[in-house]
Amino acid sequence: MSNNNELLAEIQAQYSRETQIIGEDKQQFLLVEPEYLLKILGILKNYEAYQFDMLRNLTAVDYLEYMEMVYHLYSLPLRHSITIKARCAAENSQMPSVTSIWPSANFQEREVYDLLGITFTGHPDLRRILMPAEFTEHPLRKSFKAGAGQLPGGGGNHSC
Amino acid sequence: MEVTTFSEREQQENELLQKNILVTSIDAVLNWARSNSLWPLSSGLACCAIEMMSSAAGRFDLSRFGYEVFRASPRQADLLIVAGTLTWAMAGPLKRLYEQMPEPKYVIAMGSCANTGGPFADSYSVVPGVDQILPVDVYIPGCPPRPEALIHGMLELKRKIQDPNVARKTL
Repeated sequence: MSNNNELLAEIQAQYSRETQIIGEDKQQFLLVEPEYLLKILGILKNYEAYQFDMLRNLTAVDYLEYMEMVYHLYSLPLRHSITIKARCAAENSQMPSVTSIWPSANFQEREVYDLLGITFTGHPDLRRILMPAEFTEHPLRKSFKAGAGQLPGGGGNHSC
Repeated sequence: MEVTTFSEREQQENELLQKNILVTSIDAVLNWARSNSLWPLSSGLACCAIEMMSSAAGRFDLSRFGYEVFRASPRQADLLIVAGTLTWAMAGPLKRLYEQMPEPKYVIAMGSCANTGGPFADSYSVVPGVDQILPVDVYIPGCPPRPEALIHGMLELKRKIQDPNVARKTL
């Protein structure tokens, strides 16, 4: 198993226009421009040298100025792993869906959409997954205030 | 051999009958039967369900009281034990399960979450107490309640069923 940082540097050198390396020491990630995200992730899954056939985790973080997607990839045949990040605007957040590459992204992208309000273009079934369909807010946003959003019971009023 | 006349024999039978017949109302008999053979629905929402399963298993043996027949279908159950945290997304399906149960039916709220929402009472996703959507007969405190507490709660429900004046609460 090669050092992850070497692998990252190798990938970044090949696709220097679309990617850059962020983080330091053992915590290094590949930051990909959103418009090239599907292309880069498709290469990482399908090229023989990478073979990242498993999407181990998909999540997102609200940094107020921007939203950041996080993809943890793992290669079962080559036993190496990598972290990919991609940023989009905080308002009207949009990201390409990776369900065409890893079908397992379906529910995880629905969760990110439900809780953080990022719209995934190309997702086959983008509905809320944890909150009821009538709910109007995205509760893991930093701007979310407790009690906001319409719940069947009247939100924070505790009435029915 | 002792010889008994027909009238003597009739008198003996009458005395025997008087010692063996109880007069009661049909409601009292039905409630007695219901309270001693509650069939709970196999449904669990969170960790309280583990304690519920433990109550039914060998060590605590809920079947001692006639309550062990956990049904897989709400059509066959008359007791809904809400064991765990109820979210608003799950509230609809749970309410449907309750409405699919035939009358008479009873609800036990098991544990802090089912009682009041517990530690998640102020959360955006958790129902602050199942009595927001269902008529609850017995509340069992605890996080989670031990099997003894669940058994105590079911015996309290038994007491409540046998006294019809307090058996049903309307919302």
